Amino acid sequence: MAEDWEQGGFGLYIHWPFCQAKCPYCDFNSHVAREVDQRRWLKAYISEIDRYAALVPHRVLTSVFFGGGTPSLMNPDVVHGVLDRIRHHWPVANSLEVTLEANPGSVDAGRFRGYADAGVNRVSMGIQALNNADLRRLGRIHTVEEARAAFDIARSQFERVSFDLIYARQDQTLDAWKDELKQALSMAIDHLSLYQLTIESGTAFGDRYDRGLLRGLPEDDISADMYIATQDICGTVGMEAYEVSNHAKPGAESRHNNIYWRYGDYLGIGPGAHGRMTLNGQRHATEAWSNPNKWLERVEQGNGEKLLQRIELRDQASEFLMMGLRLSSGIDIHRYEALSGSPLNPTNVSYLEDLGMLQSRSGMVCVTPSGRMVLNAVLKELLAD
Amino acid sequence: MTDLAHIRNFSIVAHIDHGKSTLADRLIQSTNTVAERDMKAQLLDSMDIERERGITIKANTVRIDYTADNGEAYVLNLIDTPGHVDFAYEVSRSMRAVEGSLLVVDSTQGVEAQTLANVYQAIDAGHEIVPVLNKIDLPAADCDRVAEQIEDVIGIDASNAIRVSAKTGIGIHETLEAIVKHLPAPKGDATAPLKAMLVDSWYDSYLGVVVLVRIMDGTLKKGDRIKMMQNSSIHLIDRIGVFRPAMQPVESLGPGEIGFITAQIKQVRDTRVGDTITHEKKGTDTPLPGFKPSQPVVFCGLFPVDSAEFEDLRDAIEKLALNDASFSYEMETSAALGFGFRCGFLGLLHLEVIRDRIEREYNIELITTAPSVIYHVYMRDGSMIELHNPADMPDLSIVDHLEEPRIKATILVPDEYLGDVLKLCQDRRGIQEDLTYAGARAMVVYDLPLNEVVFDFYDRLKSVTKGYASFDYQLMGYRQDHLVKMQILVNDEPVDALSTMVHRDRADLRGRAMVEKLKDLIPRHMFKIPIQAAIGGKVIARETLAALRKDVTAKCYGGDMSRKRKLLDKQKAGKKKMRQFGKVDIPQEAFISALKMDD
Repeated sequence: MAEDWEQGGFGLYIHWPFCQAKCPYCDFNSHVAREVDQRRWLKAYISEIDRYAALVPHRVLTSVFFGGGTPSLMNPDVVHGVLDRIRHHWPVANSLEVTLEANPGSVDAGRFRGYADAGVNRVSMGIQALNNADLRRLGRIHTVEEARAAFDIARSQFERVSFDLIYARQDQTLDAWKDELKQALSMAIDHLSLYQLTIESGTAFGDRYDRGLLRGLPEDDISADMYIATQDICGTVGMEAYEVSNHAKPGAESRHNNIYWRYGDYLGIGPGAHGRMTLNGQRHATEAWSNPNKWLERVEQGNGEKLLQRIELRDQASEFLMMGLRLSSGIDIHRYEALSGSPLNPTNVSYLEDLGMLQSRSGMVCVTPSGRMVLNAVLKELLAD
Repeated sequence: MTDLAHIRNFSIVAHIDHGKSTLADRLIQSTNTVAERDMKAQLLDSMDIERERGITIKANTVRIDYTADNGEAYVLNLIDTPGHVDFAYEVSRSMRAVEGSLLVVDSTQGVEAQTLANVYQAIDAGHEIVPVLNKIDLPAADCDRVAEQIEDVIGIDASNAIRVSAKTGIGIHETLEAIVKHLPAPKGDATAPLKAMLVDSWYDSYLGVVVLVRIMDGTLKKGDRIKMMQNSSIHLIDRIGVFRPAMQPVESLGPGEIGFITAQIKQVRDTRVGDTITHEKKGTDTPLPGFKPSQPVVFCGLFPVDSAEFEDLRDAIEKLALNDASFSYEMETSAALGFGFRCGFLGLLHLEVIRDRIEREYNIELITTAPSVIYHVYMRDGSMIELHNPADMPDLSIVDHLEEPRIKATILVPDEYLGDVLKLCQDRRGIQEDLTYAGARAMVVYDLPLNEVVFDFYDRLKSVTKGYASFDYQLMGYRQDHLVKMQILVNDEPVDALSTMVHRDRADLRGRAMVEKLKDLIPRHMFKIPIQAAIGGKVIARETLAALRKDVTAKCYGGDMSRKRKLLDKQKAGKKKMRQFGKVDIPQEAFISALKMDD
């Protein structure tokens, strides 16, 4: 029997595309809608779940992830309905992880109890900053006080709670970030996602940046220093990075995200969601229509997919490498060779090893802490002819 | 054959954009030489590059039938000459093929440096000159001022200058009458041994090599066996005709006439501009004076961006060389750029034209290395070698001294930019020879080293004068100076394609500028990279490109995978466009940009 491909596991991603407000840095598929017919959406999710269940039955599900948008705007009974349907179709692992992304502004205790009753056992909160001035600049509609209160509610309802911070923000100093990070760690949790602010094109920040109006972003050298400080500070409390931007106590890593980084199979359900799934032994990429109304209409006609495409082995090898080297544990070299049909170019490998960017031991290849900071350059070099 | 008294041969001298081609079009049109439906702009300029840039590279000719006001029928032969200094020799031959010139000056602009150079050639060739003030329909036209300027600067009588608007047709009839009245008829003896000047030649894919000739003496007919006096090659004439401007066969060409022949000549290389054509038997023994073999002046390396296209490049260069005797090439190997060709050109425009044609007509992306001139390297043992490529500079221990080519540059510039122009020329090691005024415009003459001019002098000149200066030059011979080879070392390894010859006094400045530019042009790598300029073993400038510290995508989840993988593929492809030197990737544009001086 095929290993759950291939030790990466099997997960399910549900995309809820609505937010109360669009954040200026966000390039996710999110929309602000005045009214959402949640019954209609539940039906659509169920229809897609049924369709996929027929395509990839009998797989042991290790994770379900509600992402967005702002999934904490979903009615708890919609989340319940989705999870019931999933459990109806697939056998689930004993340790099934069910994560829901929540915004601190849209939390109330009753709602969270409803999610927990539905089966959600992990919450990931978009706190983003621990001072109000920066929250406003990031376009967030909550305050630090609200965020802390929401965090406490979440802790009381869920076994596992993580939150996100964005750093290397406009006018942020190294020392200010260090202080903020220490406060975050004092909130006593076991998982943190720490992202450096990235200016994406097609966002409000991207537009301002192109017009030269987004000032005070830290220079590359400062953001490098911030990244190093982040590793040091998290290291002292046993929260080392297990991935480029993710820190956890051992055992508290996100199982769902590990499916992506270990290049497992995942079904993407909802507007704009991507998936990777194995059909008849062949790896396929899927992508759903990203406009919410269009997706709904297509699903109601039977299928929300915009794309279903077999992935060439060569491209699978690149994806496996690109995702896997984000993990501090690195990649299984045998799986890479099986996908690409040939080993990594030994000249490139030893060159990167000599530079102190890469190391290999007992069948695994991983980047060093310095290599992780320049991972894009490492990947380019590693894949060069 | 037309009797001599009813032939007029002329050329048009003008600066770019002063309306030479439009005037030629109008003369052709008003005499019904071309049917209305076949008219298109710039009738005589056949190459894309000629039309686009509004310049003429090959000589073109057209025969116009004109019945004058006196009731007599005349044959007017117009030769449209190349108008650029790179083709000065070709221009001089075209000038010798005609007896008069129309000097066309834009009445809104006035005389430009290039007009001067060409009009002096016309005067040298003994031409009668008819001044034409063009664009008089424009509100900015100032005919009296421009006529005065022609008299002041060029020294010819402009009181009877014809006022023309080639665009609207005003003055065209007067121009045709002036050609008949004021230009002399050609001279020649139909019974003397054949003497025909080879004015130009080009390759036609249907006819083979087409040769443009002017008959001086004698008569040329289809079936004649002719001899090219330069190489004594014999050819049988299979076609003879004139351009109207389409080819039209004629029985024969006699003295004073201009036309074409084909004679199953395979390569343009076998025909030399300025050569004398005579009959194999009973031919003349004395060739026409003034023949010069063409000499490349500027050299640069052309390398394919994609090294897999080397054979395609070879093919393209060989084909272009068949049709251009003044373009030379030989294979070159560069450690940095791989296989390519070292090519010689008549000048910078010629270089650009050839490069554009390779890129457009053959679809090959090129890396062009810094243009260089020919240095004369005198060795200790008294011998001399010509240095075309700084990479070939011999070891200094066996070199006695170097000489470099100098030019006489003529620049016309509005008064307010004069200071900037003088500074530019001084910075480029120029020696001022003359400075005069014509109205609000200054004319400066500088003795300059060619190597300071070949690269970006003209660009700099245009930029400091906001495009108002005009520039022309002629080669003046060689002079000794303190020249050295400057190497660039990237990550401690010399990059041959970045080596340049510089004057010792300018080396520190240039070296500093180059390493600073390279520091910006080379992307950061995973390690720090020293960039140095050195003369011999001595480092004269150094910069360090810091190591890349952070280049990682913050978020990468399931939904990002396809997009990020495609991005990675694209970056991998982009890496191919860089030249790997040791472990350093140098972007192709760096090889040229590094040399540009902001002064």
